[in-house]
Amino acid sequence: MKAICFYFQIHQPFRLKRYRFFDIGNDHYYYDDFANDDIITRIAQNSYIPAAESLLRMIEQSEGKFRCAISVSGSALEQIEQHTPEFLDLLKKLAKTGSVEFIAETYAHSLASLADPEEFAEQVKVHGEKIRELFGQKPKVFRNTELIYDDEIAPQILAMGYKGVITEGAKHILGWKSPNYVYSAASAPKLKILFKNDKLSDDIAFRFSNPEWSEYPLTADKYIGWIASTPADEQIVNLFMNLETFGGMQPRESGIFQFLEALPRFAHESGINFITPSEAVAKLKPVDTISVLHPISWADEARDTSAWLGNKLQNEAFSKLYSVAERVRLCDDRRLKQDYWYLQASDHLFYMSTKHKNDGEVHSHFSPYETPYQAFTNYMNILSDFMVRVEEQFPQSIENEELNSLLTTIRNQAREIETLNKELGSMRLNLEHINEEHATRETIKKPVKEKKIRDKTTQN
Amino acid sequence: MKALMFGWEFPPHILGGLGTASYGLTKGMWECGDMDITFVIPKPYGDEDKSFAHIIGASQVPVAWRDVSWDYVESRIGNLMNPDLYFRLRDHIYADFNYMRLNDLGCIEFSGRYPDNLLEEINNYSIMAGVVARTIDFDIIHSHDWLTYPAGIHAKQVTGKPLVIHVHATDYDRSRGNVNPTVFNIERDGMIHADHIITVSELTRRTVIEKYGIDPAKVTTVHNAVIPLSQELLDIQVEKPKDKIVTFLGRITMQKGPEYFVEAAARVLKLTPNVRFVMAGSGDMMDKMISLAAERGIADRFHFPGFQKGKQVYEMLKASDVYIMPSVSEPFGISPLEAMQMGVPSIISKQSGCAEILDNVIKTDYWDIDAMADAIYSIITYPAMYKQLREDGLKEVNRITWDKAGAKVIKIYKDILGQN
Repeated sequence: MKAICFYFQIHQPFRLKRYRFFDIGNDHYYYDDFANDDIITRIAQNSYIPAAESLLRMIEQSEGKFRCAISVSGSALEQIEQHTPEFLDLLKKLAKTGSVEFIAETYAHSLASLADPEEFAEQVKVHGEKIRELFGQKPKVFRNTELIYDDEIAPQILAMGYKGVITEGAKHILGWKSPNYVYSAASAPKLKILFKNDKLSDDIAFRFSNPEWSEYPLTADKYIGWIASTPADEQIVNLFMNLETFGGMQPRESGIFQFLEALPRFAHESGINFITPSEAVAKLKPVDTISVLHPISWADEARDTSAWLGNKLQNEAFSKLYSVAERVRLCDDRRLKQDYWYLQASDHLFYMSTKHKNDGEVHSHFSPYETPYQAFTNYMNILSDFMVRVEEQFPQSIENEELNSLLTTIRNQAREIETLNKELGSMRLNLEHINEEHATRETIKKPVKEKKIRDKTTQN
Repeated sequence: MKALMFGWEFPPHILGGLGTASYGLTKGMWECGDMDITFVIPKPYGDEDKSFAHIIGASQVPVAWRDVSWDYVESRIGNLMNPDLYFRLRDHIYADFNYMRLNDLGCIEFSGRYPDNLLEEINNYSIMAGVVARTIDFDIIHSHDWLTYPAGIHAKQVTGKPLVIHVHATDYDRSRGNVNPTVFNIERDGMIHADHIITVSELTRRTVIEKYGIDPAKVTTVHNAVIPLSQELLDIQVEKPKDKIVTFLGRITMQKGPEYFVEAAARVLKLTPNVRFVMAGSGDMMDKMISLAAERGIADRFHFPGFQKGKQVYEMLKASDVYIMPSVSEPFGISPLEAMQMGVPSIISKQSGCAEILDNVIKTDYWDIDAMADAIYSIITYPAMYKQLREDGLKEVNRITWDKAGAKVIKIYKDILGQN
């Protein structure tokens, strides 16, 4: 029996304000509050809220048979909490239906997996906690930022306790293999991989309302027909897309919501189920192992990391950003840490892309900057200020290792003090016991006196 | 196809961008094949490149009959014009211009520059054009910039051949809006008489349509291009100073927005000590700029080396880390492309025509000195920024070649002549 595995992504970065170089060292607030508020509110109104309402109706009407997965980055969650709490309520409602699974990702929507395993692990952990706190679910399947995945990342994901990972069905990796099966990771065989079905996902996400497309207009009937006509032994069709597809990339008047809501009925008629990623990972057996030597992603024509790390600007910003990772983790300054995560959002690097043609259009569509050079200049000015702040906490003159050993010493001492304290505590307790024993012996001799002492202690 | 072009400047003796652009375009058209171009300039020096066009010097065109021998003509102007052509031209004198100041060959002497009696020279050029138009065989007339529009109109009236005018600049660019009515009328007259108008940018095209009231269908943009630099120029070695160098090259006039450069420099210097600014060129605003730099207290880091010519320009670029062109209104602006050819990252104003075709440069509004200062700071501070702009800029500028522009002009010719 075939199943459709829907997964919707929600992410918004904290966009940066125009930050001049003479602000470096003077102004430590980096965000364009107006733009951030405006964008999240607009997208929520046009897309997120109507889409979530559609999903709720679909679950209700199919009596829970429609199932799907959602992941929300930490930075998006913070903005939703702040600006569009009504959407957060809808997400909570979706979580309560039991048909919607929340997926883990990096809190900061960062590229930490490519730079710093420790940073990566911390962000995933904090994101998991946030999801549990808001939606009462413990994520079982992981999706990395922009579906970035390779053999090096796989064992880290497994080590964090995830059984499955979602990634791009990149043609140069799969070759003749179909994305419509569950695979396992070559470098971590226990980790199962769900590959995005590129063609069918993009039919909805990118082509749906394009009148020049040969299949235009796309109906739910036709679409389910395509899925039904895939070879009989193919188990799962992974449709991964941005939630913004509905009402955002594909405008409401294109009929995208009606299309979405009609899917369960036609699927039911063709005997196709809906399944969540964790169910797929639990139920379906992997048919093969797949090795991914160089990181893949779901962005741009090349489906690699060149959307964020494709030119000198991006690589410079990226390496400078992660050069202070260790130091920031050593800090206790909450605001510094928060800024660090906001600055790690992959979007900032995305804006710096100098690609042309179709890819370039996508980059400039999302970018608040006119040119990649402007994006770089603005980001680097902010990063320079940020690094000055890190410097103030831990001067460059101290080597990382030295700092580390000093901090280890401090921590060890703290631990030692703790153990000593404990020891001291138990000693005290022992002493009290002895005293008590002593006292009881005494009371046997002089019961009246002892009682007086007890009264005094209770008063205190 | 045979074209008769009227121009004012031609390399190597040039005063501004007009000569370079005329030269590049003519050569680019010739590279497309099947083009026979006669290029008329006021005053040739004999060292012009004649490999792709016949060059006729207006100063060698007789407008009054003189009884001279072949040998005399050969000895007088043999290095500039074939005496046979002189005699052919002499056969086509159409009126008696003996009242004018003429030389021993019956020719008007042109300065080929921009003298005080420029309007008179323009008029003389048009008189001369009547002789050339009657002598030479051609299909189409092409006039470069307003100085030669009257000549083009004259040639059109004499022969009935279609006229294309090439707008390299308008008086609106040169004067920041305070146009000279005489110049405006000459320009507008040319535009009205032209069968088609070529502008060097969309910016100029809009000026032609909006300010001169010309039918948009008659105006097409053909962006300028650059001529590849010789290996000799690319290999120039200069001693790199310790400080970063930010350079402005061009006439120091209102049109070029020099004051915005000084203001931006003052901002950068407030926070970054290791940088020097150079404003190379001359012009009527130079003294004002020197005192402005002094007023801002940056005179020790802001330099005025004066007008640079020939190789000096490239030496200056080679030593630079940033090139800046904050023009208030620039029809095209070839200089940033030359800087890019030398591998110098460029900052240009959005009000420049070349901003329409360049991606790997920083574009700011000419008045946005904050953005300009930020861009300068970014290029001199972040090595990745410098490298990316330098390398991608080089790749980009090397693709902007004159043969592509030439092909577009040829297509316009064919459309006018109904050959398509």
